[in-house]
Amino acid sequence: MKMVVAIIQPYKLEEVKEALYAADVNLITVSEVLGHGRQGGVAEVYRGNKETGNLLRKIRLEIAVNEAFVEPTIKAIQSAARTGEVGDGKIFVYDLAEVVRIRTGERGGEAIG
Amino acid sequence: MNHLRKLAIVALALGAFPLAAQGVGGALPALSTGNTAWVLVATALVMFMTMPALGMFYGGLVRKKNVLNILMQCFITLAVVSALWVAFGYSLAFSDSELIPGVLGDFKWSFLSGITPDALSPYFVSDPAGRIPHLLFAMFQCMFAVITPALIIGAFAERMKFSSFLAFTVAWLFLVYVPLAHMVWSTNGWLARLGVMDFAGGIVVHVNAGVAALVTALYIGRRNALKPFPPHNLPFTLIGSAMLWFGWFGFNAGSSLAADGLAASAFVATNTAAAVAAVVWALIDRLINGKATILGVATGAVAGLAAITPAAGFVNVGGAFLIGAASSVVCFFMVSFVKARLGYDDALDAFGCHGVGGLLGSLCTGLFADPAIWKAYGGGRAGLVYGNPRQFLVQLLACAVAVALAFAGTAIILKAIDVLHGVRVDSKVEAMGLDITQHEERAYTIIE
Repeated sequence: MKMVVAIIQPYKLEEVKEALYAADVNLITVSEVLGHGRQGGVAEVYRGNKETGNLLRKIRLEIAVNEAFVEPTIKAIQSAARTGEVGDGKIFVYDLAEVVRIRTGERGGEAIG
Repeated sequence: MNHLRKLAIVALALGAFPLAAQGVGGALPALSTGNTAWVLVATALVMFMTMPALGMFYGGLVRKKNVLNILMQCFITLAVVSALWVAFGYSLAFSDSELIPGVLGDFKWSFLSGITPDALSPYFVSDPAGRIPHLLFAMFQCMFAVITPALIIGAFAERMKFSSFLAFTVAWLFLVYVPLAHMVWSTNGWLARLGVMDFAGGIVVHVNAGVAALVTALYIGRRNALKPFPPHNLPFTLIGSAMLWFGWFGFNAGSSLAADGLAASAFVATNTAAAVAAVVWALIDRLINGKATILGVATGAVAGLAAITPAAGFVNVGGAFLIGAASSVVCFFMVSFVKARLGYDDALDAFGCHGVGGLLGSLCTGLFADPAIWKAYGGGRAGLVYGNPRQFLVQLLACAVAVALAFAGTAIILKAIDVLHGVRVDSKVEAMGLDITQHEERAYTIIE
């Protein structure tokens, strides 16, 4: 089991969701986060004062998957989130020690899907 | 002063004032402080309708990345149109000499020149003797000229370039709003001479803006959202709707241009239609979708208000009930079924509520105008059910003219701006939102 965490551009969320559904990955957690990588921050202007270095809005996806779904999940996210410009985001994959479905008490791979 | 008096007398003789009663009881027109006080307040109430009321009503319905853009569009419309109105708009719409007879005034009152503070308004409705200052009439009309293009914002929300929106608003004010206001509301307007009844702008404001909204939605195309999304702030929308309701008392009851019984009658009709429309929409929601909704009552009230606008000073309470109920039924059908079936993306239902509601109300005025309402003010304001079928035909004609003018004018303006500059933002800008891309600001922070 793996946990796939992706940081993407907010405006790509809809397309990424569609791509994930197309790859039969239907269970995702989404949060709105701030941060930046190499892209640096964004400038906002208030009463003529440019405020630089503001963190960028990003979307974080968390998806727990069984081994067979790891590559399809990564491919779906990358293909849909990519614009080719700096700031497209990153995908992190970690090992997942345990999953418990609260309602039934199922554990491991059974509990994921 | 002389020309104003003469104008008033000529108009009385013709019985041709769109807003005017026939016959004056002998007294020479003089300033009425009571009427002036009320119309000053009513003017401020109509200003309040564009911003904050309409801004909040629309702003709550968009996604949070576009709310500032909506508020800004409403706010800047207030500023730009106000300046242009005193510069040229008022004169072109309401001057008594004309560039195009029956259709367009001229520049004699540009920058309100020649209109002194003690000049009496040549325009009156129910009180020929008790006048308001001419300057006040110009300002009252200014607020109508402001809200009309602002209503169209709902159609192209979330995808129009800010610069193109500004160009559109300026061009539309002069090419569409001003001629129609002249035709329907000026002393010399040809529809006014035919006796069209548009008490507070069902045709000039709502049909006009509604049809322009439909054309804009069709021209600019659908938003890129893959799925319908929820409004970002329904409390905004409901508060905005209530503030519109509040401001509408100035819009409709103020349109008698007097603090009198006709103003009170229009007030009753306005409140009744809004109330009935909100209740009926809630009932339809409950029957068809299972729950009475916040967005439903907010939309219903606005549909009822748009529909009662042309009729407010002509119908009795029964007429207001009918118009309020009919507006919710028809507008619900339009925004829930017809829009989905036809596939145009009138983002915030500017056409579905204002256009359709205004059209319905303008035609209903020709049906339900009750001569008893105008009995004390010169009479002669009857609709079809009171034995005057001609009125219905006049209303029909005026609506057809408004639809044709708004349709053609809006399409030509959009095409011209599109060729010169482009009207729609590109898809990345649309996805990022108009707040950060058009204004470099954001409405909300998540972490400071």
